[in-house]
Amino acid sequence: MSSSSEPTIAAIATPPGPGGIGVIRISGSQALAIATKLFKPAKPAPLQSHQLTYGYIVDPLQYKVVDEVLAVYMQAPRTYTRDDVVEIHCHGSYLILQEVLQLIVATGARLADPGEFTKLAFLNGRIDLTRAEAVMALLDAKTSSALDMARRHLSGRLCSEIQAIAACLVRCRSTIEVAIDFPDEDVEIIQAREMTNQLSQQAITPLQTLITSADRGRLYREGLSVVILGRPNVGKSSLLNSLLGEDRAIVTAVPGTTRDTLEETLAIRGIPIRLTDTAGIRNDAGEVEEIGIQRAHEKLETADVVLLMVDGSQGVTPQDRHLATLTDKPLLYVVNKIDIIDTFSPNSFAAEFPEVPMVSISAKHGQGLEQLQDAFVNLVTDGEEWDPGHNTVPNIRHQAAMQTALEATHRVIEGLAQNLPPDLLAIELQVALDGLGEIIGLTTTEDILDMIFTQFCLGK
Amino acid sequence: MKTYEYDVVVIGAGHAGCEAALAAARMGCKTACIVLNVDGIGAMSCNPAIGGLAKGHLVKEIDALGGEMAKNIDATGIQFRRLNTSKGPAVWSSRAQADRLLYRLRMKSVLENQQNLDIRQSAVDRLLVEKGRICGVVTSLEEEISCQTVIIVTGTFLNGLIHIGLKNFPAGRMGDAPSRSLPQNLRDLGFRMGRMKTGTTPRLDANSIDYTELEAQYSDTPPNLFSFSSTGEPALEQRPCHITYTNATTHEIIRAGTDRSPMYTGIIEGIGARYCPSIEDKIMRFPEKDRHQIFLEPEGLDTVEIYPNGVPTSLPADVQIAMLRSIKGLENVKIIRPGYAIEYDFVEPTQLTASLETKKIKGLFLAGQINGTSGYEEAAAQGLMAGINAVHYCRAEKPLILDRSQAYIGVLIDDLITLGTKEPYRLFTSRAEYRLLLREDNADLRLTEIGREVGLVDEESFNRFGIKKQAIEAALDFLNSTKVKPTKETNQRLTNHGLAPLKQMVSLADLLRRPEITLKNLAQLSGIELTISPAVLIEVQLTVKYEGYIRRQEEQVARFKKMENVELGADIDYTQLAGLSNEAKEKLNAIQPRSLGHASRISGITPAAISVLQVFLKKEGKI
Repeated sequence: MSSSSEPTIAAIATPPGPGGIGVIRISGSQALAIATKLFKPAKPAPLQSHQLTYGYIVDPLQYKVVDEVLAVYMQAPRTYTRDDVVEIHCHGSYLILQEVLQLIVATGARLADPGEFTKLAFLNGRIDLTRAEAVMALLDAKTSSALDMARRHLSGRLCSEIQAIAACLVRCRSTIEVAIDFPDEDVEIIQAREMTNQLSQQAITPLQTLITSADRGRLYREGLSVVILGRPNVGKSSLLNSLLGEDRAIVTAVPGTTRDTLEETLAIRGIPIRLTDTAGIRNDAGEVEEIGIQRAHEKLETADVVLLMVDGSQGVTPQDRHLATLTDKPLLYVVNKIDIIDTFSPNSFAAEFPEVPMVSISAKHGQGLEQLQDAFVNLVTDGEEWDPGHNTVPNIRHQAAMQTALEATHRVIEGLAQNLPPDLLAIELQVALDGLGEIIGLTTTEDILDMIFTQFCLGK
Repeated sequence: MKTYEYDVVVIGAGHAGCEAALAAARMGCKTACIVLNVDGIGAMSCNPAIGGLAKGHLVKEIDALGGEMAKNIDATGIQFRRLNTSKGPAVWSSRAQADRLLYRLRMKSVLENQQNLDIRQSAVDRLLVEKGRICGVVTSLEEEISCQTVIIVTGTFLNGLIHIGLKNFPAGRMGDAPSRSLPQNLRDLGFRMGRMKTGTTPRLDANSIDYTELEAQYSDTPPNLFSFSSTGEPALEQRPCHITYTNATTHEIIRAGTDRSPMYTGIIEGIGARYCPSIEDKIMRFPEKDRHQIFLEPEGLDTVEIYPNGVPTSLPADVQIAMLRSIKGLENVKIIRPGYAIEYDFVEPTQLTASLETKKIKGLFLAGQINGTSGYEEAAAQGLMAGINAVHYCRAEKPLILDRSQAYIGVLIDDLITLGTKEPYRLFTSRAEYRLLLREDNADLRLTEIGREVGLVDEESFNRFGIKKQAIEAALDFLNSTKVKPTKETNQRLTNHGLAPLKQMVSLADLLRRPEITLKNLAQLSGIELTISPAVLIEVQLTVKYEGYIRRQEEQVARFKKMENVELGADIDYTQLAGLSNEAKEKLNAIQPRSLGHASRISGITPAAISVLQVFLKKEGKI
C-alpha cells in the first residue's frame, strides 16, 4: 500500500486536555526529512531508529526555539503504520503542540484526516480488524454529521464569513459557467474589472484577515478571549476568583480600563485565555440598560467564547434569555449556585438553550469547576481526539485551506488581467472553492447550477 | 440452449433507439426495432437542431465511437456554427440547424438498409421475464417476440399527456398515440417511476413573418461539420436564422393569460427543467427582465414552418397567437402548429447500472428520456451505449463503461445512475470535472480506439485516425525540438509585433506558449517554416499552450482512476458492515456502486465511510 508517492501525514496523537507531554506523530516517506529540518538535537548527531533523542524544535525561518522536546525516529516497518514514523514529544500545552504541528505542515506534511493513522496501520497489516473497525465506526458516526458539527462549533461569525467568501466565488463561477454553457443567451457576459473588484473585496481581503487571525503565535501571546456574560449577582466574580484560585498558571492580572471591567489572564488546561467579566450590564431597576448593552456588545465583538451565566436559584429569567441573543459566538451555558437549590433538575435548565452545552457549578464552593473546564476545552477543540479540528478560531487545517483558496483566487485575478479563457478561470475558482469546502462543506455542480438558474433567465 | 428470435429488441426509434438499433446490428447481433409508427423513425420532436454546449461534445463522441448522429446532421444540416470560439478551446462547441424532414428520412433510410436489423411497426404492451432475466416482449396484437435483451427507448411516450391551455389529451408527441400498457407493466415489475414535463414552441408560417428589420445569423464560413469522417462542404444549401425579442406588451399578454395556464393552475404535476423554462415561466420568475430573445429557426429547405426558439409554451391557443403578434417581425404571424407541454413517465435512473442495464431485470436496458434526460444528443449517447452493452450481454462480455475522465458520455451516465435526477437532465460542460481534457477536437483521440475495439469503427475511419494521431505527434515533436535563436532579425520581428525579444535560445513550443502567439503567426515570427497540417492545428496548439493546466487535470485524473479501479462487488450487503452509518448503508445498498470512486460520489457518503469500505475490502483480501 505504502509508497513514496503517498503523502507524509502528521497530527497530534495525544488527546487534548491536561497532561505533562503531548505527542505529534509524523508518518510517511518524508517523516525523517521533515523532522531533520525542524528538530535540532542537543548533541548534534543523526537520529537513530527507535532511540529517544533530546533536543529542540526550532522554527527554521525565525531561528526561534519553539519547544524543548524528545524526538524518536522509527524506521519502517517496525512502526505503528509500517511506514517511517517520527514522534515528537512536546510539552503538553495545546498551543505549543499546534505551533509545532503547523511547522511540520509548512515543511511538507499533510494534516492527517481523523483516524488516518489507524487506517494505515490496518491497511499495512499492523493492527487487526476488530480494532480498526472500532475506530472506523466511531469516525463515521462522528463525520456523518460533520458539517453540522463544524457549523455548530465553528464560531458563527467565522463560519458565516467563510460562507460569504464562498458565495462570492460561486457567483463568479456561475457567471463564467453561464458565459460558457449559454453562449447564445441574452445575458451579461464576464466583466473582468467588475469580477476582479468583487474577488478582491469579497474574497482576497477577508481571506487575508482570517489567515492572519489564525496565527497561532498571536493566539499564544494574547490568548483566547473569553467573556462571562450574566445579570448582576449571578456569581461572575466568584467564578473568576475560583478559576484564578484553582489555576496556578496565572501570568498577570490586568485591571480593566474602567472599574466595572476586569480582565484576567489565566490558562485552562494549557490553553491561555483572557477572561473578561461584564460587570457593566446592570442598573438599579435590574433591567438591562442601554449603555450596558452597548458595552457588552463591544466586549462580545472581540470574544472567541462566551460563558453565559445564570443564577440557578432564580431560574432562567427573561433578561437571561435576552442576554443570550446578544451574541453569535460559541456559548457555554453555566448554571451557578446549585449549592443553594433544594432539588436541582438539570433538564429543566438544559431545555432553555437546547443547542448550547451546559454545566452546573457552585462558584462559591468550587463545585463543578472540573466539568466546566472539560466543557470549555471540548467547546474550543470540538472534542477531537486525533486533531483539534473545528475551532472557535481558525485552526491549522482551516488556515491551510484558506491559504489554498487565497492563492487560487489570486491566480483568477491574474488570469482575468491576462484574458485567460474562462474554462481555465473556472478551474482556479474551483480550486479556491474546494479549499473552502474543507471547512464549510463542498460546493457541488448542483450548487453552481442552482446559482445559475436563480440568477439568470436562461433557456431557449 | 434456448434459441431466440432476436438477440436485441429495441422498443422505440427516436434518437436513442436509432443509435441502439444500429450499434447492435452493426456489431453483428440479430436486432429488431419495434416502433409505434415507422414514419416517426429519427423524428425531431422539438427543435430542429443538433449540438450546442456539451451536446456538440456528445455528438463528436458518438461519432468517434462509431455512431450515426454526426453523419446524419452533416448530411442534412442547413446551418453550421461553432459556438464559444472566443472562450477557450475546451468549450468550443458545434451546433447545426437541421432540415427536420430530411434528417428523419435519412436516418430512417440508414436503419432500413442496415444488415441484421428488422423494423417492425407494433406496440409493445409488456415484457416477458423469466427468473429475473428478460426473454421477450408481447405486442398489443398478442404477438410474442423472443429475445435475449430488450432496450426501452420510448422517450416521452410512456403515459404521455399533452397540455394546451386547460385542455389536455393523451399523446406520445403531437399527432402520435402514447404508450399506456408498457409503463403499467414496468410498475408491475417493481420499477420506481416518476413524472416529468417538457414543452415545445408553436410552429410559425414563414410567409407571415416580416424579416426586414430582424438581425440575421448565418452559417460559419467555412462551416465545420460534426463527423471526423466528413470532409468538405455541407451537402445542403445553408440558411440563416433570425433574432427578435419579446417586449412589455408581450409580457402583459402572457401575465393576463396565466389564469388559463396548465402550469400556473396546478394541472401539470410533472417536473420541468430549469434550463428550458416556458416563456410564461420566464416572465413570472424574472419580472425585472424587459425582453427575452427569440431565434426564428427554419425547419427545412422545402417548408415554410419556422421554429421560434425561446417561446416554448402551454398557454391557450388564443394567448399564444396574441403574444406572438406583439413581437417585432411577427405582427401578422400565423401559427401552423400550437405549442404544448407534455407530461410523461420516467424510470428513476438510480435503478440502472453503468451499462444502462436495470439492476432488477437482467438483459433489460433503458436509454434516453425514459431515464429522465432531455435532449436528442443525451438520448443518442445513451442509446449507443445501451446498444453496445446489450451486445456485450448477449456475448457474455464485460460491459463497456466510459468513466468521467474519458467522455461526457461517462459524466452523463455516471450522474444519472449515481445521483438520479429531479428535473429533465441536461448535460452542461460544468458537470465535467476534467473539462479541459474532454474536448470536441480530441473526442476521436479519446474514443476511436474504443469504438474500433467494440467493432463499430470501420477500417477506413480507423486508418484516417491513425494518420491524424501520427501527425499530431510529429508536430509536437517538431515544436519541442526546433530551437529559435535570439538573432537580431527574430527579435526585430518580435518587437515589431509589440512582443518581448528573446534573451536566449528557446524552442518553438516555448515561443508558442506566449499568450500573444498562435500557430497562425508562429512561422512568421520565428522565421521557421512550419510543417503542421491544418487538420491537427487546434489539437497541437492546445496541447502546447495549456500544457500546465492539462498536466494538472491529468494528475487529478490519475488520483481519480486510483479510486475508480478499486472494485466493489455487486453482491455486497452493506447493512452487514460494521462502522457504517445507517444513511450510508441505505444509500450504498440502493446504488450498489461498482467501485470505491463511484461510492464516493453518492451524496451523503463521507470520507470516513470510504475508509470503512477500504477496511472491508482489505479484510476480504480484495485490495
